[in-house]
Amino acid sequence: MASITGSVEIEVRRPRRSVVVGVLLVVWVALYFVLRGIDTLVLGGQETTALHRWLTEHRDDVGQGNVFFDAIRIAVDHFVVLLQNLISQPSFDRPVPVVGWLGVIAISAYCAWAFGNWKVAVLTAAGLGFVGLQGLWQESMDTLSLTIAAVLLSLLVAIPLGIWAGLSDRAFKVATLVLDLMQTLPTFVYLAPLTLFFAIGPAAATIATLIYAAPPAVRLTAHAIRSVPPESVEAARSLGSTRGQTLTKVLLPMSRSTVVVGINQTIMAALSMVTVAALIDAPGLGQTVLKALQTLDVGVAFNAGLAIVVIAIVLDRVTTAAGDRPWRTANRRRRLLLAAGAVGVLVAVWFSRTYVWAAEFPSQVDLGSRIAIIASDVTDWVQNVFGGFTYGVRDAVTNGLLNPLEGLLTGSPWWLVAVVVVALAFVLGGWRGAVPAAVCLGLLVATGVWHDSMVTLASTLLATVVVVAAGLALGVWAGRNRRVDTWIRPVLDAGQTMPPFVYLVPFLALFGTSRFTAIAAAVVFAVPVTTKIVADGIKAVPVATVEAANSVGSSSWQVISKVQLPVARRAITLAVNQGLIYVLSMVVVGGLVGAGALGYDVAAGFAQSELYGKGLAAGLAIVLLGVMLDRITQAAARRTENFTTRGDKR
Amino acid sequence: MKKLRYAGVLTAVALALAGCGGQKVGEDKPAAAGKDCGTFDLTVSPWVGYEANAAVVSYVATKDLGCKVVKKDLKEEIAWQGFSTGEVDVNLENWGHEDLKKKYITDDKVAVEAGSTGVKGIIGWYVPPWMAAKYPDITDWKNLNKYAALFKTSESGGKGQLLDGDPSYVTNDEALVKNLSLNYKVVQSGSETALIQAFRDAEKNKKPLLAYFYEPQWFFNEVKLVKINLPAYKAGCDADPAKVACDYPPYDLDKIVSKKFADSGSPAYDLVKNFKWTNEDQNAVARMIAVDKLTPDQAAQKWVDQNQSKVNGWLGK
Repeated sequence: MASITGSVEIEVRRPRRSVVVGVLLVVWVALYFVLRGIDTLVLGGQETTALHRWLTEHRDDVGQGNVFFDAIRIAVDHFVVLLQNLISQPSFDRPVPVVGWLGVIAISAYCAWAFGNWKVAVLTAAGLGFVGLQGLWQESMDTLSLTIAAVLLSLLVAIPLGIWAGLSDRAFKVATLVLDLMQTLPTFVYLAPLTLFFAIGPAAATIATLIYAAPPAVRLTAHAIRSVPPESVEAARSLGSTRGQTLTKVLLPMSRSTVVVGINQTIMAALSMVTVAALIDAPGLGQTVLKALQTLDVGVAFNAGLAIVVIAIVLDRVTTAAGDRPWRTANRRRRLLLAAGAVGVLVAVWFSRTYVWAAEFPSQVDLGSRIAIIASDVTDWVQNVFGGFTYGVRDAVTNGLLNPLEGLLTGSPWWLVAVVVVALAFVLGGWRGAVPAAVCLGLLVATGVWHDSMVTLASTLLATVVVVAAGLALGVWAGRNRRVDTWIRPVLDAGQTMPPFVYLVPFLALFGTSRFTAIAAAVVFAVPVTTKIVADGIKAVPVATVEAANSVGSSSWQVISKVQLPVARRAITLAVNQGLIYVLSMVVVGGLVGAGALGYDVAAGFAQSELYGKGLAAGLAIVLLGVMLDRITQAAARRTENFTTRGDKR
Repeated sequence: MKKLRYAGVLTAVALALAGCGGQKVGEDKPAAAGKDCGTFDLTVSPWVGYEANAAVVSYVATKDLGCKVVKKDLKEEIAWQGFSTGEVDVNLENWGHEDLKKKYITDDKVAVEAGSTGVKGIIGWYVPPWMAAKYPDITDWKNLNKYAALFKTSESGGKGQLLDGDPSYVTNDEALVKNLSLNYKVVQSGSETALIQAFRDAEKNKKPLLAYFYEPQWFFNEVKLVKINLPAYKAGCDADPAKVACDYPPYDLDKIVSKKFADSGSPAYDLVKNFKWTNEDQNAVARMIAVDKLTPDQAAQKWVDQNQSKVNGWLGK
């Protein structure tokens, strides 16, 4: 194969790789000064191309009234409405839901205890109680219903697909491509059409959430199954296990903890969609956030955002505990206790159906408005104290890094950019990098939004570099130190699930409407997931390996750089990929705070019917940027891997 | 042991709770649903002025007519789609949208116009009041180039910055800048939130800002922005979007209802059709919601109590 001959060449080429990259960049800059402003393919805000107009005209073609979509819509609608009737909305001719707050808390705590442990049961009760005290019980239950529905449906699809992609290489390749598409295609692109297929209501909101939330579960399930050591599989085979037995007895049990990480990520992603889905009338906390934003009421938005974070943390801890719990039958005493607890739950449910105080969350303790006032005061204080300084940082970064990079990308003729990028991809990743890069660049030109794509690319590159650097540092720290991990995790969860809309207003106050603001928001959103995956990877490095390195007197830095990072490379590649994708998924939100370019095009396509086609094209351009950057980094990582293995042999 | 103790505490608490009583569910029956009015779906577009309309109409419809009003929070474009999927019956404040009127009213015949809201919409370029005080001649567009250097930012590439807002609104700003030969660059802020925050910051810290804005808007209660006078609007001067060199037309905001709802004979349709008020009325209610933090229902009740005669007019009393 090519890799064998390749490795011989590499021997010679290796020290020169960075030189080649350097030369390429210098040549690019030199040519930029000569060719600046030629063939830059600029397209004005309200201008469209023939492709955009064609897409606009054919928007309604798939349309509603399709029996298939109707069947899905009715099923999903009923499922969500059923959950809402159970816990959030007045139902069955009663002024309250079937189960009141006391019952919901009892049932949730009981389940947390039965599937996890008593600690998470207490956490669950405390978390839900807190949300109630915030004065957001009903909104939270609406959000919870929608999230449960979306997550269950996601897992129903995602776990089998993940297993398939874990077992088959071909399925893995196809899946990776489709998942990139699902995760990077901005929600705004399919939000409006989804309401055409599935009408306005819970179904469309659930399905929008599902599209965004399912990929992490597929990805991490596949990743987990592929990470099972081949020796274990071979051992099982040699003992005469069938394929099915190998899967259920070896592969799945061994990959369980990673699969649970995938489920966690799906839950987090689903909760991060709460506000976006509210744009098509998804009930719940998202509405509260959006309403508060109309009047720039940071306090109320934060209060609702905090409720989302609390729900996320509770769900995360319960699933993690459930994943850690060994699969064995309970002993006699535990069974007795479980039975006793069940009776207690039934009593609580009966109360919550009978008495008003147990059905409707008491509103005397108004924690919510106090939180809102404190949050507003803190933001005001931060704005007053740091206001001037932050503008300085923004201008320095924008003028020093972003503007030159953007100028280079947007000012060069498109063919020059394309040639340089393909050449860079080839040098870094060989044909595996160059071919996808060439295809993506060609398609980018075809979308008609080349200039906007380059503006977005500049911001994305900058944001991703910051995300990966921060994610690696935090992830290694958390992966090596259990105490740091428990301390940092709630913060990460908050960063990932606090709706970006909540911190947009303070960010706008600190940095004004600018591309920098968008980059800052994307970094806050993407660092948590990168950190989590890196930490997970570092933790998975066998203790024996680390101790062997320690025993020969390696310093901490040597252990990290020579042992932990290389061994965890697969996880790190995944972390970079996810970091990049999360940054790209924030492009549209960035468009709402002054980033312009593709994000704005997508938002405009969602808002103005005549720009729909352009919005769709811009959405596809975001996907293409994602696929291109991902393929180049993957190919480059693979090459570096080849070096190391060769180095080891020497 | 810990688990045992936990379960023990739980049981004890449950037993203790069993002792107390309280009001039982269903003892206070809510008012019976309407007789012949039935239910209608009301879209609520994402701005406070609209919410003021929705609050008052749904308050009156519920209280005086016994209707059930289902409010749906939707972007304008999606709400129009809702007419054809049958999930939206009423839009109380429509800003122009000739293309959508053609599609859903003329072509698809799923929606009909239900008259003016009475509110006048103004779109234009605004500066914070401190600038108008310090540079009195800035309100004439001819002087904008003189002040372009003031409006430079990290985003405007050496020119003055003209900040645009929510992409829902059609703007001619890029064409205007070009056709009036202004040394400005249009920068997309992307949302109303960003615009308001920018104006708030500009007025508070005396920073220069020139931005696209509109009335009625609750924010005028907080900061009285000053409009720049662009070349006056004459009918037809905005016919070709690429050659526009005049101000935005005044908008007469109107109501759109679904065909189904218009033909239903519901008294709610008559209410929606008769509903008409002024910018001042809307601002008063919007202010109660946005600044005084009343719930839409409380705000509506307060306004209706003070303006019963207007409401009686809508109800044909």
